[in-house]
Amino acid sequence: MISVESWGRIGIYPHNIMHLTAPDQALSIVKNNHPGIAYGMGKSYGDACLNPGQLLWNTRGLDHFIHFDADNGRLTCEAGVLLRDIQQLFLPRGWCLPVTPGTQLITVGGAIANDVHGKNHHGFGSFCDQVLRIQLARTDGSIIECSRHSSPDMFAATAGGVGLTGVIITAELQLRHSPNLWLETETIPYYGLEEFFYLSDSSETEWEHTVSWIDCLSGTAAKGLFMRGRPARDYDKATQPRRSRNIPITPPLSLVNRLSLKPFNLTYYQLQKLRPVQRHEYYEDFLYPLDHLTNWNRLYGPKGFYQYQSVVPRDSGMATTQAMLDAIASSGEGSFLAVLKTFGQRQSIGMLGFPRPGVTLALDFPNNGDATKKLFERLDSIVRDAGGRIYLAKDARMSREMFEAGYPLLNEFTRYRDPGISSALSRRLMGS
Amino acid sequence: MRNIVIIGATSSIAEHCARLWTKQGDVTLTLVGRDAQRTERVAADLLIRSNYAEIRVVITDFLSPSSIKATADQIAQKGVIDIILIAHGSLPDQHDCEQDLNKAHSALEVNAISPVLFAEAFADHLAKANHGTLAMIGSVAGDRGRKSNYIYGAAKGLVTRYAQGLQHRFHNSGVRIILIKPGPTDTPMTSQIKAAGARLAPVDQVASDIVKGIESGKPVIYTPAIWQLIMSIIRHLPATIFNRLNI
Ligand SMILES: Cc1cc2nc3c(=O)[nH]c(=O)nc-3n(C[C@H](O)[C@H](O)[C@H](O)COP(=O)(O)OP(=O)(O)OC[C@H]3O[C@@H](n4cnc5c(N)ncnc54)[C@H](O)[C@@H]3O)c2cc1C
Ligand SMILES: NC(=O)c1ccc[n+]([C@@H]2O[C@H](COP(=O)([O-])OP(=O)(O)OC[C@H]3O[C@@H](n4cnc5c(N)ncnc54)[C@H](OP(=O)(O)O)[C@@H]3O)[C@@H](O)[C@H]2O)c1
Repeated sequence: MISVESWGRIGIYPHNIMHLTAPDQALSIVKNNHPGIAYGMGKSYGDACLNPGQLLWNTRGLDHFIHFDADNGRLTCEAGVLLRDIQQLFLPRGWCLPVTPGTQLITVGGAIANDVHGKNHHGFGSFCDQVLRIQLARTDGSIIECSRHSSPDMFAATAGGVGLTGVIITAELQLRHSPNLWLETETIPYYGLEEFFYLSDSSETEWEHTVSWIDCLSGTAAKGLFMRGRPARDYDKATQPRRSRNIPITPPLSLVNRLSLKPFNLTYYQLQKLRPVQRHEYYEDFLYPLDHLTNWNRLYGPKGFYQYQSVVPRDSGMATTQAMLDAIASSGEGSFLAVLKTFGQRQSIGMLGFPRPGVTLALDFPNNGDATKKLFERLDSIVRDAGGRIYLAKDARMSREMFEAGYPLLNEFTRYRDPGISSALSRRLMGS
Repeated sequence: MRNIVIIGATSSIAEHCARLWTKQGDVTLTLVGRDAQRTERVAADLLIRSNYAEIRVVITDFLSPSSIKATADQIAQKGVIDIILIAHGSLPDQHDCEQDLNKAHSALEVNAISPVLFAEAFADHLAKANHGTLAMIGSVAGDRGRKSNYIYGAAKGLVTRYAQGLQHRFHNSGVRIILIKPGPTDTPMTSQIKAAGARLAPVDQVASDIVKGIESGKPVIYTPAIWQLIMSIIRHLPATIFNRLNI
């Protein structure tokens, strides 16, 4: 047994691990050793990729490219390939992934299983919108090829299906032409949600990427920084590979706490304001800002941290978001990274997919035990009343009721589950 | 264009070396394996990573001297070789080897006899060209016999002595012989001991050390480098102390 944690480090549990190292070997391991759950890079914050005391199938050895068609940008690869490796290899050749999340250090399998989204949801949807085909290994020994055209229901169950429909062995992805490795970006301070929504809406046609950082502790007219980016035209500069820095140890206490947050948020805000509003940024710096700080999750100390990410419909989005910010401010729990962003008019293709039209708020909270949980329950009721949902990739604690309220296709999804697959998340939220 | 030949091309360490070589510029890669499907998987991947370098796949019987000879002759005929990396090997369970001589026998064949015969088959071609680097993957396990893996260690020890001999033979020539001694590395070969909690070096780091080491021409490469120190201590421990250790 080996100790394994997910990104939030809420619990570190012993697991049996089996390494999938080649497609045929993976089929026989999955068939002969279950129940288990696939584990990619463990960048999910909660328990989607955990199975305490039981089996994990580690997919990182499935890291081979299989086919690339340079005429149409279709790439077939194994599910343990990192998004970073795809980006670094294909960007210089004029191709890239249409959608990537805020870290590129995740696997293709993990990106499909959470149908991850990026800063360009309004233009490109979520990850599975670029997935053409999936090959799944099931614990009964069968292999299922699915796409929008063949076994479309299994495809929709697997997209965002948190690993529960089978182990993804290979996938075919549609890359897009990449215009430039450099982005033209703007950072714009805003006060209050009205300004935020105005900036978001008015940026959507001209700007591929939009996102904002918001200071949850700054009261009613919340202070925020709106960031937008688009491929730069006529700009090119040689780049130095970034040196990554590591947080080598876990400090005994969370460095993110009540005392440090307020000054931090203020300083961050002031510093960002001092930077030029318009700049050119290398795609890695703009799209994956924390990837060069290895193990930054350790800053939250031995008790770990939670991320709370919700999406609520757009029509009531302003009032709902304000109610959530107020609840946070009055709880005094604070949040170091609070990200506020609108989603475009696209629903995830996945039955349990997270992205839907609306506005999403993502908040990191150090684990302060009951106080944090109480705040989450308060936030849950706001999100549920608004008809929203919580992101499974981030969740470690929501109740079954909250889950069922947010994911109306759950019953349909259950039909496509692989009975030999189970995770801490599936037992917590689906009872098996 | 560099001409690189990899024996045991499906080895994870070798594959990561190949990925680095394809990044460095134009290469022709000849991948020698024992199983077509597994070797083609590696070739397809390298083809894409290299932006379509020239890659050949050769399938042969790794345990047959005549196949080894024919393979080497056939590859050498295609052009002057710059680098040969001999990488195949397998980590047997020591206890199984003690119980079953067949297992001990095949461990010795795969880890000692086969790589040596491959090297020997290429040596004449290198001598004729008076050019090229031949690198063999031994192991820190070959530096001193230990109760926990002495069959494997003995095989790697044989490779060590063999490489020394070749280095002597090619001293003062255009041919360089390099012995690589990795410490425990995160590859499929070690997935059992990894599951048991062993600390392993990342394979891309080991591969990077190997590629740089081959470039520098150092006769012996420990990777990660710290193993040079560790093994120097282990080699020098007096038997009275060593034999009491549980390693
Ligand atoms: C710094 C940071 C920023 C992030 N930003 C974003 C963001 O902007 N947008 C966003 O959407 N997400 C974001 N995330 C979350 C992250 O993208 C997802 O959690 C992603 O799924 C992690 O992929 P992974 O390879 O680490 O998979 P894991 O976390 O190991 O697993 C995730 C799920 O995928 C399943 N899975 C993995 N591989 C397979 C397979 N081969 N077959 C079947 N199932 C599989 C697992 O069982 C599990 O249910 C962020 C995470 C971090 C740490
Ligand atoms: N990993 C370590 O910790 C470590 C440490 C020190 C030294 N080494 C040495 O490094 C080299 C590469 O190993 P690796 O770690 O990269 O392991 P690996 O990924 O498991 O690769 C093993 C390689 O050996 C081949 N092989 C195994 N048994 C064989 C047989 N009977 N006949 C022919 N070929 C056989 C395999 O071919 P198939 O794909 O066809 O099976 C594969 O190419 C080996 O010489 C190993 O001894 C490894």
